[in-house]
Amino acid sequence: MANENEILDNIANKEYEFGFVTDIEMDILPAGLNEDTIRYISEKKKEPAWLLEWRLKGFQAFRKQKLPEWQNFTLPSIDFQKISYYAAPRSKKKYNSLDEVDPELLATFEKLGIPLSEQKALAGVAVDAVFDSISVATTYKEKLKELGIIFCSFGEAVQEHPEIVQKYVGSVVPHSDNIFAALNAAVFSDGSFVYIPKGVRCPMELSTYFRINTENTGQFERTLIIADEGSYVSYLEGCTAPMRDENQLHAAVVELIALGNAEIKYSTVQNWYPGDKDGKGGIYNFVTKRGICKGANAKISWTQVETGSAITWKYPSVILQGDNSTGEFYSVAVTRNKQIADTGTKMHHIGRNTRSRIISKGISAGQGQNSYRGLVQIGAKADEARNFTQCDSLLIGDQCGAHTFPYIESKNNTATVEHEATTSKIGEDQIFYLNQRGIDSEKAIALIINGYAREVLNQLPMEFAVEAQKLLSITLEGSVG
Amino acid sequence: MLIIKNLHAEVEDKKILKGIDLTVNAGEIHAIMGPNGSGKSSLASVLAGRESYQVTEGEVLFEGKNLLEMEPETRAREGLFLAFQYPIEIPGVSNINFLKTAIGEIRTYKGLPPMDAKEFLRLTREKQKLVEFDAQLVNRSLNEGFSGGEKKRNEIFQLAMLQPSLSILDETDSGLDIDALRIVAQGVNKLRSDKNAFIIITHYQRLLEYIIPDFVHVLYNGRIVKSGTKELALELEEKGYDWLKEESREQEATTI
Repeated sequence: MANENEILDNIANKEYEFGFVTDIEMDILPAGLNEDTIRYISEKKKEPAWLLEWRLKGFQAFRKQKLPEWQNFTLPSIDFQKISYYAAPRSKKKYNSLDEVDPELLATFEKLGIPLSEQKALAGVAVDAVFDSISVATTYKEKLKELGIIFCSFGEAVQEHPEIVQKYVGSVVPHSDNIFAALNAAVFSDGSFVYIPKGVRCPMELSTYFRINTENTGQFERTLIIADEGSYVSYLEGCTAPMRDENQLHAAVVELIALGNAEIKYSTVQNWYPGDKDGKGGIYNFVTKRGICKGANAKISWTQVETGSAITWKYPSVILQGDNSTGEFYSVAVTRNKQIADTGTKMHHIGRNTRSRIISKGISAGQGQNSYRGLVQIGAKADEARNFTQCDSLLIGDQCGAHTFPYIESKNNTATVEHEATTSKIGEDQIFYLNQRGIDSEKAIALIINGYAREVLNQLPMEFAVEAQKLLSITLEGSVG
Repeated sequence: MLIIKNLHAEVEDKKILKGIDLTVNAGEIHAIMGPNGSGKSSLASVLAGRESYQVTEGEVLFEGKNLLEMEPETRAREGLFLAFQYPIEIPGVSNINFLKTAIGEIRTYKGLPPMDAKEFLRLTREKQKLVEFDAQLVNRSLNEGFSGGEKKRNEIFQLAMLQPSLSILDETDSGLDIDALRIVAQGVNKLRSDKNAFIIITHYQRLLEYIIPDFVHVLYNGRIVKSGTKELALELEEKGYDWLKEESREQEATTI
């Protein structure tokens, strides 16, 4: 019979399901990065002068910064001049309805299992699909409009709501924050924009699906979500990319702003191409995500299920400025083959009685390396601040690794900070127990993994929880020989 | 139902089973007793297909099929159930979801359509009452944080749900107080029929006061050294295992 290692080898050899390439005509900017590139992008997008200026400031900051060296993996050299910074499906005009969208493009989304069709709309999901750099279609916009909710591509927001964009862009993740955020500020192509007016509870999950298609293009999207006082929104982002031998860079920025009594729930299901079993190809997923609870009683909750990418490097964070505000981070990160994940969160407690909760579940298989890196910072004025961190690692096989780097900085002695950590292996006993009830090893592993990740999956909206559960199973699936 | 012929097995090159012969027919309850280390639990593990055990000789037929060639999950789907001596905890997986998956797999194997949710719920309620299993435990994570007794009772609940033809109870009575023991025994008595069979592995005679076996076998040093009816169990209770050990040694001496 197959032993544990054979099962795991099979898991490691399972191929990427979403590795198809869509053949449509694209407008692609030649590789290279200089001020002209930035001016080209800005002009292409008919941006106002202030935005071009901001981009150029970002570029200046980018040139001054060096690649970080503190990470727990070897950062491959990245030649920023070999990347093309703009790619868009060649189209004659803007789309007024889905019927006008290139059928190939729609078929791609169908294959991804996220049809932009009415069905999805009926399911209550408004989808803003980003295909390479341009947002193709935004569904359900009209209904949202009635409530005063703005949900559109970043580019559209720049044209139609420049005052809001100008007020908030870069206010949480400055143009000089880090080298990748600076690069994004300089060359970001598109992304999503959400504004929820005062007191409005967004009646549906808002969702963006990102996909990198063209070879040698980096995707630099930028998401900005503003929840005005007393409002609520749940936002979901999913990502895939086709199989390429070359590595592709994805350096996105997400900024969340929750005003007083507002709540933002941001969920990510990330399934970028992880590279093949020898570690060739795959996405470098270097993303800066940060939210601020600006007003009292605000709440920001990050949930992420990370199964893809060759390297995932991100720390969705919350600045807890408002008194009584809450920050949450729920994460499942899976690494297998030669994948690397260095992820975690930062919770900056500034206001009084602020609370944060961190639940991180790492799963390592094959030769995958999984690091949790977290910072809990309690400021001098953050009286009675509380943090709870639970950080679990699950190892499958004997060649993978799990690492934990929790940092705590407290300047206030009324604060309570708790940290719990566990490391476990999927035991042969567990698999045998399930075998003995008629469940084969592959399903047994899927069951155990989903049980392990339950606390995080429970945070996802129902429909996506099911999707994420399937994704976890597929990711660690292999036929048992 | 089950025919074991001259079964030899070892674990890490250590001979554990040294020629077991046993036939179990539908409707029968067999008790296997013996001192610690005699190979009782090893026999259960070998029958269930635990990987660390190597069968070196002999054969086992289950419903006419070669059991030893089957994967552990196939044995289970064919109707062989092992109530574990030490049930395993699986955090985050609810008891109910686990049972649904198991029943689904078994039905698929048998070419039956999936059980609908309503029927599954009805079955769960029925069996949970039958074996007096706490309804709250049904929805909790599989064995996580269960007491020793609750874990053992969960094994009997699973047995009731999966309705196997052959159930092997591996020291299910160990660690149970008298009330839990009675509940477990009553569960088994309610579940027994002329179509299924039980092999009850136990160290003490106590459980056999509640579940009356048709046959009692004594395992010692990897062999069945004595078989009889329930009176044998009483005799063992009274005299202990030492006289059998003596007898067994004498036999061994004469065969050499």
